[in-house]
Amino acid sequence: MRRFLDRHWYAYAMVLPVVVVIAVLVLLPLAQGVFFTFTNINEGNIANPVLDRAATYAVVGLDNYLHVLSGDPSYGSFWSTLVRTLIWTFGCVFFHYTIGLVLALLLNRQVRGRTVYRVLLILPWAVPAFISAFAWKYMFNAQYGIINQVLRAVGLPDPVWLGQSDWALVAVMIVNIWLGVPFMMVALLGGLQAIPGDLYEAAEMDGASAWQRFRHVTLPGLQSVSSTVVLLGIIWTFNMFAVIYLITGPNPNTRILVTYAFERFFSGASRDYAVASTYGVLILSVLLVFASVYRRALRKQGEVW
Amino acid sequence: MTVEAASLKAVPVRRTGVKRAERSLRASIGLHAALVVASLIAVFPVFWVLVTSFKPDARAVETTPKLVNESSVDNYVRILSGEKGNFLAWFGNSVLIALMTTVIAVFLSATTGYAASRFRFPGKRSLMLSFLVVQMFPFAVLIVPLYNILLTLGIQGTSIGLVLVYCTTAVPFCTYMLKGYFDTIPTDIDEAGRVDGLSPFGVFWRLVLPLARPGLAVTAFYAFLTAWGEVAFASAFLSAADESKTLAVGLQVFVQQNRTEWGHLAAASILVAIPAIAVFYLVQRFLVTGLSSGAVKG
Repeated sequence: MRRFLDRHWYAYAMVLPVVVVIAVLVLLPLAQGVFFTFTNINEGNIANPVLDRAATYAVVGLDNYLHVLSGDPSYGSFWSTLVRTLIWTFGCVFFHYTIGLVLALLLNRQVRGRTVYRVLLILPWAVPAFISAFAWKYMFNAQYGIINQVLRAVGLPDPVWLGQSDWALVAVMIVNIWLGVPFMMVALLGGLQAIPGDLYEAAEMDGASAWQRFRHVTLPGLQSVSSTVVLLGIIWTFNMFAVIYLITGPNPNTRILVTYAFERFFSGASRDYAVASTYGVLILSVLLVFASVYRRALRKQGEVW
Repeated sequence: MTVEAASLKAVPVRRTGVKRAERSLRASIGLHAALVVASLIAVFPVFWVLVTSFKPDARAVETTPKLVNESSVDNYVRILSGEKGNFLAWFGNSVLIALMTTVIAVFLSATTGYAASRFRFPGKRSLMLSFLVVQMFPFAVLIVPLYNILLTLGIQGTSIGLVLVYCTTAVPFCTYMLKGYFDTIPTDIDEAGRVDGLSPFGVFWRLVLPLARPGLAVTAFYAFLTAWGEVAFASAFLSAADESKTLAVGLQVFVQQNRTEWGHLAAASILVAIPAIAVFYLVQRFLVTGLSSGAVKG
């Protein structure tokens, strides 16, 4: 034991602060949050030292899970919300990745003004997300927004983007795609530049067409970067809150799991903390299952991650 | 790493460059057209907000949009003078909260990142794995207990509480990035320092940290942005008093149910976005390396 401490104490001393922070601010709350899902905790019965009031919530067993998983509309229509969350997540990440890849490929060529293009294309990333959300909300205004005015001018239908219809979901997805493309583009550009040029040369010597070079040199070369950014992108998008909350508010047509949990926690009349926590735990479960399946799939392809 | 990759690439590009020139004018027009269109889409929303920020609220929504319509700097004057919302107080809160988060996150993650990069110790793998899993945590799972903890500690509604909350997301990510950066600094330097009689902490503090300055800058930038643009926790955890809000919360007062003050909102948005864009422009070169050596390669 002594020898063990002698050898490692520097390392442990340096790691200790972060371990404490994670334990106190992540693991402890996580355990508590899981516990709350079995109670009926809300604004009225949580312990409140300011009001000098002790906690009076009671354990209710699996009630919260039963209510939520039954898909009851008064508990957020869990299953249809989950489907909408999946559409939102995969739709956004698919376009993030494809648009990001196309732009990265274009920027990776010898183009005049490449630096200028790069700076301009990165701009959406540089603007704080809540500012972008306001900007798009302004542009999506049904009557006076620039988008509908342009659509009207060229004779296309001009939908009420942010109303109670599926157009609202399309609108927030457009905004989120606009926001997320620069990150993908920069990450994939980094990946493209790490592919050795002689691979392309060899492929060209063998008479590979542009498409074959892309298919057999570029894509495999990008695989490790791609698998990481796609996973990160999926996690971030699944949990994306600011865009939806700031653009459409509590609109049921853009409700995803995270925004509903927040509605339950914050803007509902009763401030139902128990159901909010239940949603939180369910979200985390979905993500953990997804991540482990993803990891296994990568491992099958021989990717070590 | 990136430099090597770039120099490797230089030769074949020049070779095929000749080919490309003789390829076709149409291809290169197409290339530029695609990039121009993409750039326009990327820039337009920001440009449109800039144009709107000079218009009075009533002119910001008009039947035929014009670039300039009764434009003046009135919106900016009214925002900065505090006539429209407590902008300067929100700005101050945001800066304070973001700076405190940055300092704490960078300090904590630098020591841990260094330990994870240089020492082998039992539990290291599970520590790094837990950082990755924490990335996956939706705020929804933590929001109630964190609220409860802050309430118990009596710091609910204060900026210190919010800083602690932001550290939960910033610290694990920064640690990951900095570990990647420390891995690129040769260990010979540490050994030389030890031979010269420095303690392990002395090596870290006097030799490695100064060398890691670009990595630290990128990490600090990330931590700052995390706190600067956060909406959910800030909306839920700050007290309702107007002067305690951050920008992300405060600016929502311009977007009320019935009537939106677009001109004022646009001016406030520009005031918030300009410093962010300026800093971003300065660090964007490091971002690519920081991202590829830290986060992406893990």
